[in-house]
Amino acid sequence: MTRTVVIDPVTRIEGHAKISLYLGDDGKVEDARFHVVEFRGFEKFCVGRTFWEMPGITARVCGICPVSHILASAKAGDDVLGIRIPPRAEKLRRLMNWGQLVQSHALSFFHLSAPDLLLGMDSDPAKRNIMGLIQARPNIARSGIRLREFGQKVIRLLGGRSVHPAWAVPGGVRDPLTAEARSQIKRMLPEAFDIAELALDLLKDSYDQFDDEIENYGDFPSLFMGLVTADGGLEHYDGMLRVVDAEGRILQNAETITYRDFIDEAVEPWSYLKAPYYKPHGYPGGMYRVGPLARLNICDYAGTPRADRELRQFRRHGQRGKPVTGSFHYHYARLIEILFCLEKIEETIEDESLTGSHIRSYAEVNERTGIGVSEAPRGTLFHEYKVDRQGILQSVNMIIATGQNNLAMNRTVQQIARAYIDGETIEEGVLNRIEHGIRLYDPCLSCSTHAAGQMPLHVQLIAPDGAVVDEKIRD
Amino acid sequence: MAVITMTINDELVSGVEGQSLLTLIREQGIELPTLCHLEGLEARGGCRLCLVEVQSTHRLLPACTTTAQEGMAIQTHSERLVRYRRMILELLFAERNHVCAVCVMNGRCELQDEAAKIGMDHVRYDYLVPELPLDASHDKFIIDHNRCILCTRCVSVCDSVEGAHTWDVMGRGVNSRVITDLNQPWGVSRSCTSCGKCVQVCPTGALANKGSTVAEMVKRHDFLQWILDGREKKQWVMQNGGSEGRR
Repeated sequence: MTRTVVIDPVTRIEGHAKISLYLGDDGKVEDARFHVVEFRGFEKFCVGRTFWEMPGITARVCGICPVSHILASAKAGDDVLGIRIPPRAEKLRRLMNWGQLVQSHALSFFHLSAPDLLLGMDSDPAKRNIMGLIQARPNIARSGIRLREFGQKVIRLLGGRSVHPAWAVPGGVRDPLTAEARSQIKRMLPEAFDIAELALDLLKDSYDQFDDEIENYGDFPSLFMGLVTADGGLEHYDGMLRVVDAEGRILQNAETITYRDFIDEAVEPWSYLKAPYYKPHGYPGGMYRVGPLARLNICDYAGTPRADRELRQFRRHGQRGKPVTGSFHYHYARLIEILFCLEKIEETIEDESLTGSHIRSYAEVNERTGIGVSEAPRGTLFHEYKVDRQGILQSVNMIIATGQNNLAMNRTVQQIARAYIDGETIEEGVLNRIEHGIRLYDPCLSCSTHAAGQMPLHVQLIAPDGAVVDEKIRD
Repeated sequence: MAVITMTINDELVSGVEGQSLLTLIREQGIELPTLCHLEGLEARGGCRLCLVEVQSTHRLLPACTTTAQEGMAIQTHSERLVRYRRMILELLFAERNHVCAVCVMNGRCELQDEAAKIGMDHVRYDYLVPELPLDASHDKFIIDHNRCILCTRCVSVCDSVEGAHTWDVMGRGVNSRVITDLNQPWGVSRSCTSCGKCVQVCPTGALANKGSTVAEMVKRHDFLQWILDGREKKQWVMQNGGSEGRR
């Protein structure tokens, strides 16, 4: 008899979701689905507003990565105005984006995943959380909080507040960087570097314990997509959109505005999360991954000394110069990106031209379509607006990083379930492993369904006749 | 000018004959909220926030349009008045789609300020969520009917100070809407001089400079007294040294 296991809600992720595992007659996992059960509707209710308001409105899509939406939205606005923003404004936007990547990645690693990595996948669920981590490893928990604070502070020093700063706008940014803010960032950097190195050591030192996980947590060939600089370096704000296959071949290296030519979105009835895919390979064959792992796979180099050194080590996890295909390595990639962002912040903060008052260009509506693409912590983020002559939005489309990892997350859940479930009963630790498979991608479901709240987990075992045989629910 | 004496909140006060109750109350340092009234514009008694209790009558009277009279005894902040004011503010919020968090006037909005001052932490009434448009046809300005509270300051300033009378009100009750000319898009209005006075006196984010982003709009009222003093008294003195300037 086949049955379905449902994990609902999924915990320690950003948003609400559940997982269904379909078991065959032999008790083995046949299929797995990751359902996102939130609905938000930003693409609809923004229609009729002006594009000038969009950075402020779309920032509300998410409290973790508002900066990503603000930047993609402001860039789409720049595009509608048809202008190039002052170089200083671009540097400042980049600075805020690096701050955002640091705080979000620190949250993912220390707050959400470290309890599994440091306390054990099968440890007591009552303690397998940030509070348990504070009890067991107070210094590490504290470091994580401090590193996140650093990123948040960079955002606040630039935009006046850490969450939803109404700072980047079509045409540039609203407030300049003060000399005092600059020296504050400089003073905070050494500690942030120390914590990033500590995190890298922690992860790498524990790699030996995770042979099984590395093999079973979403290791499969797929495409990878993200931004790279004009000459192929690691990039998070602008540049070329690159798609690389599992062999490392570059399939696309295109201007971001042409993304529609090769990316399309599929919709499944069992989830509010859309499933984008690479058009030339069809659906679902065009599955691609985005985010830290993808970015490190598609770039030719990082561009900062310490990150490049780590990147070389990271690439040893791939086969002979091919991309790293194991999703477990998202953790490692995330930490390398933290290091990269800190180095970029250190480098940029020294730039004498950073402080000054010319930070915004003004224009009227010159283009009827605006496309803004940037790298959010979780992957490539697209905002596309169509406006009328007066700047009133006629249509809004957002493609969110988490959505683009949808197919890969399903595949990962399936792989983990197959490796760890065999038979009628499901151990709690197994559920946690499945959840961890999702956490690797650090999904932000609030963003991806364009909703609010935290992600609680629900696993159901469903029989072939549709009956729910076993069920585990956790708030 | 004859001096009158009266009682405000059980305190004996004196004022000048012909003064409005609102002026006299504010002279005593008592804060009385108003959203439609603005110094320099004709009093209208529309928003009803400045209602006071007058001992000689059961009716509540708007302080802005009531003249102070000898021997009056009034209360400005009775439990009933505070309750009604909060109710009025909640109804204003429920009537249209204000959404402060993403408004160009967030942090500087008179409606939001009054709600915060009175401690309005939620709205008890169902939101009407009307479908209202934005008019961005004007080169410089934008009107968002979602955030209009029908105070008609724009109508008043355009008529009595600018002399253009571009703005007026159409419809009745909850369906009322401010309009330019005979309900033409603002951008094609032939009477509008694009002076922007309406934008500056608007208490909320309903009228704003085009291109303003969240919480970015700063409005100034000092120009009103400047123009009126210049016109009537031939004196050109900027109140507050002009410090209330635009960003």
